[in-house]
Amino acid sequence: MKRNLTILLLLVLAGMLLVLAAGFHYGTPLVSDMDDYFIRFGQEQIAANNIVCSIVFDYRGFDTLGESTVLFCAVIGVSLMFRRFLGGEDDADE
Amino acid sequence: MQMSKIVRLSADIMYPFVVIFGLYVIMHGHITPGGGFQGGAVVATGAALVIVAYALHDVKAMIPKVLLYLQESMGLLLFIGAGLAGMLLAFPFFFNWLANSGSLFGMPVPFGPNPGELNTAGFLPIMNIAVGIEVWGGLTLILLYMLSGVGKEGY
Repeated sequence: MKRNLTILLLLVLAGMLLVLAAGFHYGTPLVSDMDDYFIRFGQEQIAANNIVCSIVFDYRGFDTLGESTVLFCAVIGVSLMFRRFLGGEDDADE
Repeated sequence: MQMSKIVRLSADIMYPFVVIFGLYVIMHGHITPGGGFQGGAVVATGAALVIVAYALHDVKAMIPKVLLYLQESMGLLLFIGAGLAGMLLAFPFFFNWLANSGSLFGMPVPFGPNPGELNTAGFLPIMNIAVGIEVWGGLTLILLYMLSGVGKEGY
């Protein structure tokens, strides 16, 4: 009984989502000033064909710097936690 | 515990192609889809393939851990250094000071669809290489450390 109710609720929610999604116009965003700017001036300013790459590494360079730092910190954290398993050279408690 | 000979031979054959494809994705990040993160992850997958096909404690001695640490640190340093190098020439931090300069990676690109040229995009290829070698070293180290804990008890 409870299971049937859950399935019914999921179906209703999925139907509502579909009705909502049918109203959207994909490919024609309401506000596209930023996209138009990147498409118009990206190749001229950065001289790269891949606009995504020029956004990630140039227009949003600080974001990528943060991502690299996060990866660096993750590796440091993992190597601190798991170093005893690898039998490290400088392992104190083995 | 090793896998069967078929798996090991397949890994041996596939490994150089995986590494070359990853380096291609890194190097052509400013022309085709992909980039440093994706290419570095592909190269790290090659290391995962070898570790899975052979036992970890058999290949552990072959993987240069110091080189991976160095790679990771040098990648981040090169990334920040390429941003800082523009400041020596009186540009803002992270300004693309190599684009359209005519020197290394400095060829201009026409507007619209075009076949693409490797020698373009200013410091984007340098950034891609920096992030690529960082992700390569970092992901391989994470993989190595986490796989070395599999099956160990008591912690």
